[in-house]
Amino acid sequence: MQATYTDARLAALLLHHEIDQFNARYAAALDDQRLQDWVEMFADDAFYLVTSRENADQGLPVGLIYCEGKGMIRDRAFALEKTAMFAPRYLRHIIGNLVVTGEDADGDIRAHANYVVLQVLFDRPDATLHQIGRYHDVFRQTSDGLRLKERRCVYDNLLVPNALCIPV
Amino acid sequence: MTDGLTWPDEGLQRIPDWVYTDETVYHREVERIFHGRTWNYVALEAEIAKAGDFIRSNVGPTPVVVARDADGSIHVVENRCSHRGVEFCRELTGNVKEFVCPYHQWTYELNGALRAVPFRRGVAGKGGMPATFDLAEHGLRRLNVTTHRGVVFASYAEDMEPLAEYLGPDILREFEATFDGRSLRVLGHYRHTLPGNWKLYHENLKDPYHATLLHTFLVTFGLLVAGNRSLMLADASGRHGVMCSAKSDAKVAPELQTEMRAYKEGMSLAEPRFMDFIDEFDSPWSVTMATIWPNLIVQREMNTLGIRQIVPTGPHEFIMKWTMFGFEADNEAMTRHRLRQGNLMGPAGFLGLEDNEAIKFVQDGMQHVPDGRHLVELDPATETGTTDTLISEAAIRGMYRHWRNVMGL
Repeated sequence: MQATYTDARLAALLLHHEIDQFNARYAAALDDQRLQDWVEMFADDAFYLVTSRENADQGLPVGLIYCEGKGMIRDRAFALEKTAMFAPRYLRHIIGNLVVTGEDADGDIRAHANYVVLQVLFDRPDATLHQIGRYHDVFRQTSDGLRLKERRCVYDNLLVPNALCIPV
Repeated sequence: MTDGLTWPDEGLQRIPDWVYTDETVYHREVERIFHGRTWNYVALEAEIAKAGDFIRSNVGPTPVVVARDADGSIHVVENRCSHRGVEFCRELTGNVKEFVCPYHQWTYELNGALRAVPFRRGVAGKGGMPATFDLAEHGLRRLNVTTHRGVVFASYAEDMEPLAEYLGPDILREFEATFDGRSLRVLGHYRHTLPGNWKLYHENLKDPYHATLLHTFLVTFGLLVAGNRSLMLADASGRHGVMCSAKSDAKVAPELQTEMRAYKEGMSLAEPRFMDFIDEFDSPWSVTMATIWPNLIVQREMNTLGIRQIVPTGPHEFIMKWTMFGFEADNEAMTRHRLRQGNLMGPAGFLGLEDNEAIKFVQDGMQHVPDGRHLVELDPATETGTTDTLISEAAIRGMYRHWRNVMGL
């Protein structure tokens, strides 16, 4: 599709907008806790990771959430919806400062964006800053639009406040 | 100071709320338990492999630095300058030749000895330290150190018994089943706060009753069901424990299903391989959770292995630092299996997040109820100590027998 636009600046603008819109829908799915919709934003062979800056900077591979493939992402959503016990909460995922960093030879797009997750427990008065970090992404362009081939969520805060119940 | 803190007449079958909420009790715990006659986990040797490597850690709430010296020995010193109390070491890990306090550049050897004080003799004959000032008397506070199978412990007590004696033979055997001599490879850390009293974490892992009820995940996939082969091990003192269970391929018996609200027939995973158990240990158990008094949990949840270090920050909250590990000899496939299985535990783990939430709820329940107390009566046939039924609180009672003795309460 993009090939029809001969102006590279226009193509870059459209791609940037498309990823921005993707991220807004991604945030909305998590905020609404529509986890099955969240699952569908990933490619079949996707890798999804939530880890601390401490681990990322030291090259340590562990993840708070570590999913190889969409099956594991689906299992995460399934477990949270059907089995997990946690206090009811509202979440706001704010995603900004999108930077599209490049395109691979196979057409995959590399990008990063900053994110903030705010949390309100139903029975507590305040919103708390639950997590602050950066998405390191690889998007695949498909006939159905963009899909995440890789999303590595690297958070800056040293301590997770109690528990991370809904994905980032 | 502890007037009004009287234990209920029922004895160990009740635990009063003040055990978990009182500031005076907390300060006494720091003094008598964390700074007392205990071995406290501080690091894995793999984290400080080379000379000059250091890692920050804690003994109770107290910040320490664990460092490897040129001769290979390991030192644990308080992260507090002798001069003005500065928490001088600010990096989480690193490699140094010496420690330098950034405020006035007092310089310490890796073993904590004070090497140099700038302008010690003053300038042009004026100022400076008294002539009697002796560097040897003003080093960093050093702790007693011991290691076993690559795990480093420290103690404020100078005359601690050897670790093997401290653990006792049963706990030592389970410790050595996990730390079986293979070189460790650190896979990374989880760190989280937990708004509950630190002892509740020990109790959660001395409470096999909850595992079949809170954790749907375990029950549904046959990892732990009431009736599975299991053991709740306690040492002679009652302070240490190991919750052991063996993975079963058997289905949940119909008569047990009705007792376990969590059980849901027909639930299945898209990627069940992450729950595979590769039997790599010389042990009858596929899962062991060792609670080693006062600040260490050793997790061997099938193939996901981890240290959990308790750092208390007051009666109502603690920090938990997890160090997930595998072994140097693991191939890529095994490492990735451990990482995938890691989804079970930690602050986002299918089981881990539920434990954190449940412990928070317990602390919440104690905030505004005067003279509250907990009911700990399960399994009266075993007053305290080891038991082979999961429907038991004997290990919790055993822990409090020890705690009351040490605390004088």
